[in-house]
Amino acid sequence: MNFERIKEKLNILADAAKYDVSCSSSGSKRTNKNKGLGDSSGMGICHSYTEDGRCVSLLKILLTNHCIFDCAYCVTRKSNDIKRAAFKVQEVVDLTIAFYRRNYIEGLFLSSGIFKDADTTMDRLVQVAKKLREEENFNGYIHLKSIPGASDELMREAGLYADRLSVNIEIPSEEGLKLLAPDKKREDFIKPMEKVKNEIIQYKAEKKLIKSTPIYAPAGQSTQMIIGASGETDAEIMYTSAYFYKQFNMKRVYYSGYIPISYDSRLPSIGTEVPMLRENRLYQTDWLLRFYGFDIRELLNKEHPNLDSDIDPKLSYALRNLHLFPVDVNKADKTMLARIPGVGMKSVNKIVHARRFRKLNWGHLKAIGIAMNRAQYFMVCDSRDFERKDRTAAQIKSLILQHSNSKYQNTHNQQLNLFSSVETPMAV
Amino acid sequence: MLYDGTFEGFLSTVFQIFEEKLTNVIIEKEALATETLFDRTETVVTDTQKAQRVWKGLAQRCSGEGRNNIYKAFLSEIFTIENTLLHFIQRTFSEGDIRKSKKIHTDFADPEILKISKVVKMVHREKHRMDAFVRFRLTKDGLYFATVSPDFNVLPLNAKHFKNRYADQKWLIYDTRRKYGIYYDLECVDYISLEVSNTINNASMATYYFTEDEQVFQELWQNYFKSTNIPSRKNLKLHVQHVPKRYWKYLSEKFPDLKK
Repeated sequence: MNFERIKEKLNILADAAKYDVSCSSSGSKRTNKNKGLGDSSGMGICHSYTEDGRCVSLLKILLTNHCIFDCAYCVTRKSNDIKRAAFKVQEVVDLTIAFYRRNYIEGLFLSSGIFKDADTTMDRLVQVAKKLREEENFNGYIHLKSIPGASDELMREAGLYADRLSVNIEIPSEEGLKLLAPDKKREDFIKPMEKVKNEIIQYKAEKKLIKSTPIYAPAGQSTQMIIGASGETDAEIMYTSAYFYKQFNMKRVYYSGYIPISYDSRLPSIGTEVPMLRENRLYQTDWLLRFYGFDIRELLNKEHPNLDSDIDPKLSYALRNLHLFPVDVNKADKTMLARIPGVGMKSVNKIVHARRFRKLNWGHLKAIGIAMNRAQYFMVCDSRDFERKDRTAAQIKSLILQHSNSKYQNTHNQQLNLFSSVETPMAV
Repeated sequence: MLYDGTFEGFLSTVFQIFEEKLTNVIIEKEALATETLFDRTETVVTDTQKAQRVWKGLAQRCSGEGRNNIYKAFLSEIFTIENTLLHFIQRTFSEGDIRKSKKIHTDFADPEILKISKVVKMVHREKHRMDAFVRFRLTKDGLYFATVSPDFNVLPLNAKHFKNRYADQKWLIYDTRRKYGIYYDLECVDYISLEVSNTINNASMATYYFTEDEQVFQELWQNYFKSTNIPSRKNLKLHVQHVPKRYWKYLSEKFPDLKK
């Protein structure tokens, strides 16, 4: 192995792959076979975290950053003047194995620029996965990109070696896509998703009848949208997301705040701040949809097309629906408990268990770990001193904001100043 | 009451407390105990059969999760955790009923039970960190070797994970604080106690202990780690929250930062 050359390639191709935020290594059922290497049946593991606080779980690289497309938002676009490189199939295999054996990674996340055509690119990705599985007896996690336009045969093969397949739709709306990536169409992304979804369903059904049926992409598929590059509202983004969850049984939709990488006038200019707060609020909404039993229409709709930046989406929902509160912690069912701001799903489970033994009061709830600052206005329990005052949504909101420290305080500092100047007399 | 510090020793102590109907007991590890003037101290002899009886008795009154919690919390080695666990075991034997699914370990409004659940969470997190932060280096005699010094005594919990994952390579994970390691010889995992030279983690000695390629892969990994970072999203607070500084000394990707 030519160490210096590999090092250079790794730098270029890891740098180019880092804008793909998917890092998940969980959800697969692949166990170690015949005393081979690796096992991905457990929970995902983040082996390290970069200085930006993102997890490093997989060796995330492009096979090559040569690309025939010219999508404005993409760092490897054809017209961008950057260093290009390409890995050989065996080089990727060797790196993955060497890193995995040292417990650096959970597996490989391999994507690629499109060189020549879709089939050639997809074929090369499949070759890497096949070599890892068949020659190295590797049972670690493999995430492959589905290349739009690749043949059905190749896609089927990919799913048999990979744990997860993904296609990034990147731009949440069709108009945005037309503007920024004129060579691409929404259908190009949808087709491979549809294909993978159907294969998963088919293989699962067959496995029920014939046990030896191989598993097909056991960790399902995921996709990613860039946030803040093409002017969509939060509602547009989350409705698209909800559609993908429902229509394609997506395991995850990732939201990636746009990082300015180009002087293209269609895009936010270089130096514009990455919309991290917005990204955070979108993920919170995503969690409310997937784990808290919310319907997208309750969180975002025509009247509220955008999420609040100064408060989280659940609190925002509760303030708009004060008639549903306060909730009695000792009686309410799980669904309602999960709707109390400041109460997470872990706390919900603890409450449900603990209240079998005795009625819970503020002391118990605080000890369990509920964020009382937010929760106190929305629940009653076995204590006499609950919130009796009939407050308006605006009053509750400002009380909560006064007593909280947001890590994003600087981002909405101006708003806060406005509030505190109004509220100070009341607090005194 | 003093015991030898082993889990069996602890269960033997519990047995004796039940048998002699003792109250107001303080259970302590023999090695850590301090003489007190007015208390009566007694040293418990570890008895595997007695320990087994307690363990089996628990199985009839609490779920597998409840029993696992006892073991995990015990591994925390937190001062006085034995008495907290005694409280749980006593409640389980008096009220626990597996058929009515009355799971004492879920009575989170009991401060002692809540404490156990919090300690279990801490231990579990430390175990998970070891799964993540172990960095093997390949020695010249073909052994994948790593040193750790976890906050809690979690290696017994890690054994299965590493055995399933690295079934085709010999490995040894050594706890420098507790002076023992778990070793896999391609057949099974054993606990071994040995003296590991202090120089094993010296950069200048690396070529003496480890293969030539070892340094190369560490360097590639450091490079990858740097390239995959997005500088415009820099968030060191979050970084340190996920990877507290006390773990950096094991992480080859953080070595360049340690030198600074």
